[in-house]
Amino acid sequence: MIPAAFEYERATSVQQASELLQRFGEDAKVLAGGHSLIPLMRLRLSQPSALVDINPIKELDYITVEGGKLRVGALVRHVQLQNSDTVKQNLPILAEVADEVGDNQVRNLGSIGGVMAHADAAGDYPTLALILDAEIVTNKRRHAAKDFFKDIFTTPLEHDELVCEVVFPIANGPHKYIKFRRRLFDWAIVGAAAQKVDGGWRIGLTNVGPTPVRSTAVEQALASGASPADAAEHASDGLNPSADLRASADYKKHLARVLTRRAIEQASA
Amino acid sequence: MAVTQLIGAKIHRREDPRLVSGHGRYIDDLNRPGQVYATFVRSPYAHAKIQKIDLTEAKAAAGVRAVYTAKDFQGQVAGTHPTVAAFAPEKKTVPDRFPIASGEAAYQGEIVAVVLADTKSAADDAANLVQVDYDVLPAVGDLEKALEPNSPKAHTDLADNLGWDMTLVPWEATDSAFGSAEVVVKERILQQRLAPTPMETRGVLAEYDTFDKRLTIWMSNQNPHFIRLFVGGALSLPESSVRVISQDVGGGFGSKISPYPEDYLVPAMARMGGRPVKWIETRTESIQNTTHGRGQIFDVEVAAKKDGTLLGMRLTQYLDLGAYHGTFGAFQACACVMAGGAYHWQGISARTVGVLTNKVPTDPYRGAGRPEATHLVERMLDRLAQEIGMDPIELRRKNFIQASEFPYTQNFGLVIDSGDYEKSLAKAMSIAGYDELRKRQADLRGKGRYLGIGVSTWIELCGFGPSALAGATAGVALVESAQVRVHPTGSVAVYTGTHSHGQGHETTFAQIVADTLGVPYEQVEIRHGDTNEGPSFGYGTYGSRSLAVGGMAIHRASQRVVDKAKKLAAHMLEAAEEDIVFDQGKFHVKGSPEKAKAMGEVAFAAYGAGLPEGMEHGLEAVAYFDPPNLVWPFGAHIAVVEVDPETGSVKFEKYVAVDDCGNVINPMVVEGQLHGGIVQGFSQALFEDVAYDEASGQLRTGTMLDYMVPTAVEIPDIQLDSTVTPTPVNDLGVKGIGEAGTIAASVAVINAITDAVSPFGITHVDMPASPDRLWKQIKEARGVSATSANGGGGAQA
Ligand SMILES: Cc1cc2nc3c(=O)[nH]c(=O)nc-3n(C[C@H](O)[C@H](O)[C@H](O)COP(=O)(O)OP(=O)(O)OC[C@H]3O[C@@H](n4cnc5c(N)ncnc54)[C@H](O)[C@@H]3O)c2cc1C
Repeated sequence: MIPAAFEYERATSVQQASELLQRFGEDAKVLAGGHSLIPLMRLRLSQPSALVDINPIKELDYITVEGGKLRVGALVRHVQLQNSDTVKQNLPILAEVADEVGDNQVRNLGSIGGVMAHADAAGDYPTLALILDAEIVTNKRRHAAKDFFKDIFTTPLEHDELVCEVVFPIANGPHKYIKFRRRLFDWAIVGAAAQKVDGGWRIGLTNVGPTPVRSTAVEQALASGASPADAAEHASDGLNPSADLRASADYKKHLARVLTRRAIEQASA
Repeated sequence: MAVTQLIGAKIHRREDPRLVSGHGRYIDDLNRPGQVYATFVRSPYAHAKIQKIDLTEAKAAAGVRAVYTAKDFQGQVAGTHPTVAAFAPEKKTVPDRFPIASGEAAYQGEIVAVVLADTKSAADDAANLVQVDYDVLPAVGDLEKALEPNSPKAHTDLADNLGWDMTLVPWEATDSAFGSAEVVVKERILQQRLAPTPMETRGVLAEYDTFDKRLTIWMSNQNPHFIRLFVGGALSLPESSVRVISQDVGGGFGSKISPYPEDYLVPAMARMGGRPVKWIETRTESIQNTTHGRGQIFDVEVAAKKDGTLLGMRLTQYLDLGAYHGTFGAFQACACVMAGGAYHWQGISARTVGVLTNKVPTDPYRGAGRPEATHLVERMLDRLAQEIGMDPIELRRKNFIQASEFPYTQNFGLVIDSGDYEKSLAKAMSIAGYDELRKRQADLRGKGRYLGIGVSTWIELCGFGPSALAGATAGVALVESAQVRVHPTGSVAVYTGTHSHGQGHETTFAQIVADTLGVPYEQVEIRHGDTNEGPSFGYGTYGSRSLAVGGMAIHRASQRVVDKAKKLAAHMLEAAEEDIVFDQGKFHVKGSPEKAKAMGEVAFAAYGAGLPEGMEHGLEAVAYFDPPNLVWPFGAHIAVVEVDPETGSVKFEKYVAVDDCGNVINPMVVEGQLHGGIVQGFSQALFEDVAYDEASGQLRTGTMLDYMVPTAVEIPDIQLDSTVTPTPVNDLGVKGIGEAGTIAASVAVINAITDAVSPFGITHVDMPASPDRLWKQIKEARGVSATSANGGGGAQA
């Protein structure tokens, strides 16, 4: 199949993109890397009336450290995160996760802003954003990550709201993200993140529900001195993952526990 | 005969520079002036009554030329879908299949209407505007439930869902084997449905010349002559007025053998509308509507003595036919006649049951029946070895048909031409370091790590097929034709009835001709895939037949050319024919090699003045080769894997394959065929599975995200080696190798996985061995709840 007909405009600034989105109205969509949007359009699961192509917007392409925060422009591609020294020094887990997203084609075009806005349950960055209390900054306001991932493919973004930046804390202590998948370019069947921030563990899970999950029960167990193995037993507390072609719900819960334990152990090693 | 120089040479495939640099000529590369595009409207339901079709909106849409439904093709396309009669079962029901559904759609994707428009996107848009009212009917999905008396029927007018039921050898025939058994092992073995997923999907471009009344069809296909036969017949056109051209074919794996509904409808529409019509299958259409492979359940029992002597086997094959019989679907029943594998058996009882379901039909897919047979027998040998506590290799050796016994008549009366099973096994064991591996396995188990070693000592029958054995090839004689033309200036054009969809014929066949005629390899061109060229009929490429049958036809035709050239050379050298020596492409009189005539000189003379009395002009020959028997390649594969019992993940450690396809024309091409074939076997073992929703019959794996085909990263290094046991069946001593890898590999992997998890008491693992499935099986075998994240070994994700 090929996509249904749509209008197309390129924006060169955030200002212009906002105007175009307002002009085209509700049914328009932002086009970033296109690696989530275009497949949906080809299958005609998504039929936007217009696309606002934000790829020419230079002001959305940067990685900096300012005020003790790592600031990543929305159009930064996976490959940039993967290779950036700034990221490797200030938030190495982000570079490592970027390295495991999709394949070369996906990493060369897919953007961090696109991942956040798309809010796929199996997206990897949302889990990091959540456990690190990152902020998603738009042309209109700032969203705390914990209030951003509402449901599968659902965020508070309005139709003319553009993700401009993701702001992470600096965290270069022990960390590990384990992405369990069948093929190199597959999405996570389950992902588990462990990151030490200010002496405490942050633990998160990918694809065990409609949104990323922060495993506070595991964090608390670790804080009160439990071994990784004992703490990880709590990783599936309260989870209600849906079964899919790759995994039954039980298996996902099992993986949540196993991968959490391994992530903590490997981060500490 | 010339001194062999090219046969056996490891030379690069001459087609590759074209194919890897984007200069291949695939269907979507071709366009005809004034062409329109077809988009098919397909049933979204597995089973539904078509109540009403409203075309008003679609017909009015921009760029639309025509919208057709079944009634528009009445009088345009005659007859029903062809199916070959493989055997005469006790019971057989073949539902009529028309290229477009009228009253009832019996699988998801069955065509109900078609839109022709000026652009592809206009056709896609308008297809969405075709309004079809369906009355959804219950869908038949599960094979076993389909056979229950109260099951819904795949077609409303059927009395039951039994497509065929045939007992090849009755159970009583193995009463004595089972009666004297000291041990009997039983298993149910699943063969999931597979989507062939060629890189190039199907596609048809057709043009009808209204003045000459000639039809030209370009399509991606493995046997253009059969398509000409079927489509010409259905469209009431003489074969001489139909030309089917299939240039480069981006993979087929068996799925481009049988004719498809689109193959009839697209040419019919070209004739109806007077404009060329182009249709290119989308990936989702390919997974949904191109025939699937496998889709079988086997119930097997093996009787043996405690010392490992095999006695008897009883097997029932349940085959998911889909909603209609595939044209060559019945061929897959050959799994039964191959079930004995490389071993001696007192007797084998076998029954095959074809079951109609509301799914796309199954048809041959790389190996077609033989991978299933190998999987079954090699799995059962391991199962038995585990039961009696014997090394699986020792068990195989004990029961092998011995090198001295060939030609060997196996249990179903087929004659195995040649073999040396012990030799390939010994070589594979030494390359893999089998004894060391067993020691390492024991060590690692002590440390809570689960290494598994799997063996597959596979055999295959291929080279379809002798007309005398038509019964084994679904009732058709599959001989092959060739024409060799030597032009006046010595260049050679060779026309073969086989067709390459990745096999490298342009290279290997040229090697044979260059050697036989003694001309430079560069001077020989191989032509195929155009029914207007070469002999009047060709049989195509499948069943690892191209070299053993087609290559032999080429060899024969080349020899005929040499015979004639020799007569002419004798005349030119003023000598008697008996005194002429043909050496390195030159003819000379015995004893005086300095006065020689090269093939080129003789060719030039053949078209000029001064021929000997009674000799006709020209230097060309046609040959049809009808092989005296099938050929039987074999080999030994050893897979080594490690299973992480905590997650159920399988990691490859090693894969060794020692294969024997008789004499080798080009080792590099053989290696390429083996690599691809083995990967397909891995893929079935671990990844691929066409999944349907059991209740609704909806396909759940309609994209490449969901239908899992592994990438190079997931594939281990494959260590290849070979033994050479020529066949006496043909002059070249060659057997087929196109399907061997697939036939051998799935069970080597599954045997390795089962071996790895055997300490948990697991005796069988089904395909695909996904982590989820394996984890669940280990959990159940351990009999402990899986809530513990601490259990199991230390293997890391
Ligand atoms: C084979 C494959 C494997 C993949 N594997 C993974 C994986 O393992 N993990 C993972 O996280 N991702 C994976 N992806 C997804 C990939 O990371 C996508 O690129 C990403 O999800 C979307 O980013 P994009 O820039 O391509 O956005 P697009 O596809 O262009 O857009 C996606 C959605 O977000 C909206 N959007 C994009 N940018 C903005 C913005 N700045 N402001 C507001 N809305 C915006 C669009 O309108 C659209 O709705 C995979 C993709 C493929 C094709």
